[in-house]
Amino acid sequence: MCDNQTILRVQNVSKLYGMNKAEAARMMKEGATKDEVYQKTGVTVALWDVNFEVKKGEIFVIIGLSGSGKSTIIRCLNLLNRPTTGDILYQDQNIAEFNKQQLLDFRRHKISMVFQSFGLMSHRDVLSNVAFGLEVRGVSKEERAAKGRKMTEMVGLKGLENQPVSSLSGGMRQRVGIARALASDPEILLMDEPFSALDPLVRRDMQFELLSIQRKLEKTVIFITHDIDEAFKLGDRVAIMRDGKIIQIDTPEDMSAHPADEYVQRFIDSADKTKVMSVRHVMTPPACLVRTKETPAHALNEMRDNKIPSAYVVDEKLHFKGLITLEAAIEARNAGGRLADHLITDIATAGPDMMVSDILPILAESRYPLAVLNEDQELLGIVNRAAVISCLI
Amino acid sequence: MNGFLEFPFSFPIDTAAIDTAVRAFANRYKDFFDAVTAGLRGMVNAIYWVLDIVPWWAILIVVFLLGWRATKKIRKGALYAALLFLVGAFGMWDLMNETLSIVIASVIISLILGFILGVAIARSPRAERIVRPILDTMQTMPVFVYLIPALLFFGLGKAPGVVATTIYAVVPMIRLTCHGLQQVDKEVVEAAQAFGATYFQTLWKVQIPQAMPTIMTGVNQTLMMAMSMVVTCSMIGATGLGMEVYISVNRTLMGNGLISGTAVVIIAVILDRLTQSVGKKDLGR
Repeated sequence: MCDNQTILRVQNVSKLYGMNKAEAARMMKEGATKDEVYQKTGVTVALWDVNFEVKKGEIFVIIGLSGSGKSTIIRCLNLLNRPTTGDILYQDQNIAEFNKQQLLDFRRHKISMVFQSFGLMSHRDVLSNVAFGLEVRGVSKEERAAKGRKMTEMVGLKGLENQPVSSLSGGMRQRVGIARALASDPEILLMDEPFSALDPLVRRDMQFELLSIQRKLEKTVIFITHDIDEAFKLGDRVAIMRDGKIIQIDTPEDMSAHPADEYVQRFIDSADKTKVMSVRHVMTPPACLVRTKETPAHALNEMRDNKIPSAYVVDEKLHFKGLITLEAAIEARNAGGRLADHLITDIATAGPDMMVSDILPILAESRYPLAVLNEDQELLGIVNRAAVISCLI
Repeated sequence: MNGFLEFPFSFPIDTAAIDTAVRAFANRYKDFFDAVTAGLRGMVNAIYWVLDIVPWWAILIVVFLLGWRATKKIRKGALYAALLFLVGAFGMWDLMNETLSIVIASVIISLILGFILGVAIARSPRAERIVRPILDTMQTMPVFVYLIPALLFFGLGKAPGVVATTIYAVVPMIRLTCHGLQQVDKEVVEAAQAFGATYFQTLWKVQIPQAMPTIMTGVNQTLMMAMSMVVTCSMIGATGLGMEVYISVNRTLMGNGLISGTAVVIIAVILDRLTQSVGKKDLGR
């Protein structure tokens, strides 16, 4: 019971935009659709009768297409949007009834947010962005700096504390966003499509990172996404939204097994990644890369440093030449030969835009990971079985 | 003759009555206007006193250093100082100080008023709807029109000059402060609120720093407009370089007009370059 405790309870929350809200609400109660209501009354129904509970320490994912109301509902949870009707209970206090001071305290101590396009302050450096929440709370400068440094280190940006945020890449900026959200030590973390603006490789890293941070700090996370794979990968429970309503809330397993309706079914079907994902999305950079002109001894060092018994070999222009194994490299060193003479050259290759489903048979036959090459035969990355399997889950 | 080609009628507007009403108003609140006049005159005189007490070479050095720092080119700093030296060599150093004291007084008042109004308008879309046409009117109204009420309420001299200049020069500061605040990324403002920042914390810590490049453009524009208004204000007795230009026009003194006009241009260019680069520097961050 203790770790299954409900931290946030959303009850009958609706959000309408427009003048004639009463009429619109009456129509919705009689079962009219969002479009009908808009045509009759000019009122936009962003949310209608939304109910859910979030348990302490879980990752609760809300998924929906754009316009489904997912961004509106998450903004209701810290009152960036005020619900038109309904209650939002945080540990049995209705936050919709908070006065100004209570709301400030709630936002400063209990709940924080990570934004889709990061929402960082470009006139501040990394550290003072991370410590922003502490600053508005009135924490002393020394304490802020100490806590800010700790958080910056935790998200892997140690050493960049005094860099301007404009000098960071997208993935690093969102790390700053996450550090900022964690710095005020909130109980609830709201994440509004935090990884949508990142490219797929960085996104996977960040998802993994989020899971490990969540495991370490045991925060309650409410996560918005439009990507069913992300939802199933991260979510303890997943809610699907459509037209301002929640259609189904379930664990990923139960949702896959018993979709509530056709719409949910279609969503889940799109999760079969091998048919929709290209090789580009599952490839990883080769852990160990050497150039043809290097000595076998150098290749051995590289393998030892990366703890891998083989290395990919490219020429000066990154053209893929082959694979060198540990044994072959040792042999080459002992014989005093060149790397180029000991390569395994019959490595299966694939283009970056091939579908994952197309390379499955090749990968099943191949002893080594596939090399992903572009038209110019330049090595872009490799695909191993583990990468493909992890994209399926 | 006929109502088809000629405009058929005109309302008999009693402009004389408007004049009397305004005069009566000026008389009625004479004490108030006199106090404001005295305050403005005191402010202008204080600024003049400071400019006058600083030796000419010190000002040249300051302009050189600021120009150097602002443009990062030692050559430009030297150029600005040399140009200013030319103004002194024309024998117009004192006139320049008089002009500058009116400009600086107006700009200080414009910046304070403009900033406060800009912040207030940015907060409320309704206020913006009301104020925007007023600002448009203020900017397109022929500038001479401002001289009449300034003259009526504040008499002749520097004080009405400051009032007329302020009315004219405050507009870009209001507009660009408001515009700068409104164009701050909505998510950044939301982020500040989500972390529990109050309205003023959001304003000071996030919106104003983010809007700074635009606000600095407003400062630059206000300065330029004040500089251009100062010549016009000589018509109501604001002494300085503008007065020289005005006298030259009245007496068709081509040479004198050219020299004093050039002095105005030099000062305007230097002020423009120095303030513009401040804005650019902020933008680069």
